[in-house]
Amino acid sequence: MTNIIAKSGGLSWPSDKVSTVPYGLYTDQHQYLLEHEKVFKGPTWNYLCLDAELPENGTYKVSRIGETPIVVTRDPEGNLHAFVNRCAHRGALLCLKPEGKAEEITCVYHAWSYSLKGELKSVAFQRGLKRQGGMPKEFDKSQHNLRRLRVVEFSGLIFGSFSEDAPDIEDYLGPEIAQRIRRVLNRPIRILGQNVQVLNNNWKLYIENAKDSYHASILHTFFTTFEINRLNQKGGIVVDESGGNHVSYSKIDSTLSNEDYTKQNVRSSKDDYRLADPSLLDSVDEYGDGVTLQILTVFPGLVLQQIQNAIAVRQIVPTGVKATELGWTYIGFEDDDEAMVERRLKQANLAGPAGFISMEDGAVGNFVQRAIEGTSEDESVVLMGGETAESQPFRVTETSVRGFWKKYRTLIEGKVPNA
Amino acid sequence: MNQTQRERIEALYADYAAAIDEGRLEEWPAFFKEHCLYRITNRRDFDRGLKHGAMWANSLGMLKDRISALREANIYEDHTYRHITSAFRVLESNEQEAWVNANFLVIRTMQNGDMSLFAAGTYQDHIVFEGNDTCLAERIVICDSQKLDTLLAIPL
Repeated sequence: MTNIIAKSGGLSWPSDKVSTVPYGLYTDQHQYLLEHEKVFKGPTWNYLCLDAELPENGTYKVSRIGETPIVVTRDPEGNLHAFVNRCAHRGALLCLKPEGKAEEITCVYHAWSYSLKGELKSVAFQRGLKRQGGMPKEFDKSQHNLRRLRVVEFSGLIFGSFSEDAPDIEDYLGPEIAQRIRRVLNRPIRILGQNVQVLNNNWKLYIENAKDSYHASILHTFFTTFEINRLNQKGGIVVDESGGNHVSYSKIDSTLSNEDYTKQNVRSSKDDYRLADPSLLDSVDEYGDGVTLQILTVFPGLVLQQIQNAIAVRQIVPTGVKATELGWTYIGFEDDDEAMVERRLKQANLAGPAGFISMEDGAVGNFVQRAIEGTSEDESVVLMGGETAESQPFRVTETSVRGFWKKYRTLIEGKVPNA
Repeated sequence: MNQTQRERIEALYADYAAAIDEGRLEEWPAFFKEHCLYRITNRRDFDRGLKHGAMWANSLGMLKDRISALREANIYEDHTYRHITSAFRVLESNEQEAWVNANFLVIRTMQNGDMSLFAAGTYQDHIVFEGNDTCLAERIVICDSQKLDTLLAIPL
């Protein structure tokens, strides 16, 4: 079955463009299996965890790529490794805890034991007991190492790839995306907290949502309801050449004078619609560039968020055709003083499962999923801002959503679509 | 701790749960002191000493803003909670205040009738007795699970 699927190009599209997207892509079990082969195990770099989650030599952290369980390790020499969290003997899960310290990794089932590099080191009763049993003489441990991945660290983010064909990480990201990751993660990280938002929808509906700058001010009405000034902002979208990675940003427009700003900053006359404690939004320009919002995605499943001083990494992990887990890691930096930590904790109310400007994203994918149940016809329309997937100097566009499908179709079908 | 104080704590817990479960969310901030801490975290973060909260407020104003946001700004499908709060343990107390832990269970019911176990965990409270008022100086909601289904709009 898998072979047949892997040879196919998946569900057929209405045209060679990416501006109409068949709904079957979010519901079809075969398509989902095909994605595991061609996207998650294809020439992609999948976000695994933060460098800061492996603080010392001899530590490990579990993660996932698609539904495949992964272990990331930092060996005694400080080098990073990643491999499938599955014993090479009988396939049992190796690491059961989410993270830890270990000199070696031993399977609980039959005590096969591996180094943090993923090499098989010992097999219990390899020579049998009392000269009986044991493995055949020709058994070669070096042929039974764990299934290793390529692993790379970029600006504190650790990525893994199953494929030898995944390009160098800088080339994969593209220069503009790489530069904007470095911009945010420019100093040693301090983790403030983690949680997981369970999304009852296909994983692609979430990554599309994260790339969709069109919906932001429409679905998320917190800023507009409380008349928090946004008018002196300018912004745009950057899409990398592959289409898969993007940045959406907005920044203070320095060409608007203070007077203009004040004029626009007139608040609602209704006191009810003001924040009782506006210190929530008491932010500082920590990067010194006036960028107040930067949402960045790396294909297939990473979102890096800077909303004022609320910084977070989101990992999108499918758990089934119609189920996804969104792992949130909220971060600050080691050089944050007490006031900065408090500012980040306050502004963390903006994002996450209870985020003032993000909680809706946990539900809206499910609204689509429910509405397309039982349909094999119809497509979604992704025409805002044109039919291609290039960078655009405005945010009322779906260009980066088309970028996602450009990369997706390239991987699934083996040729670049008309985008 | 005297019996009156125990009764006041019990009444605080029952009134807090009833206000949320009956949709009287505007009454929720009044269970806290002006300078307070309300934080929803999970066991894993809490045990690691991490300070983040899915909801995090250190003033009455921030609590009020939570409610006005969910009434006026945030979009979600209607749903209700049923809190089961039980087995409170007084860890320390004097005439003015008490440090109390209690178990909670929150069942979420969606408008189509779907019910699910939404959250379970421990309230870690600092309670203050002021005149006839009994209120929370601090409530840390420690959920047993780090997973939250769909979204968290209504406070726990």
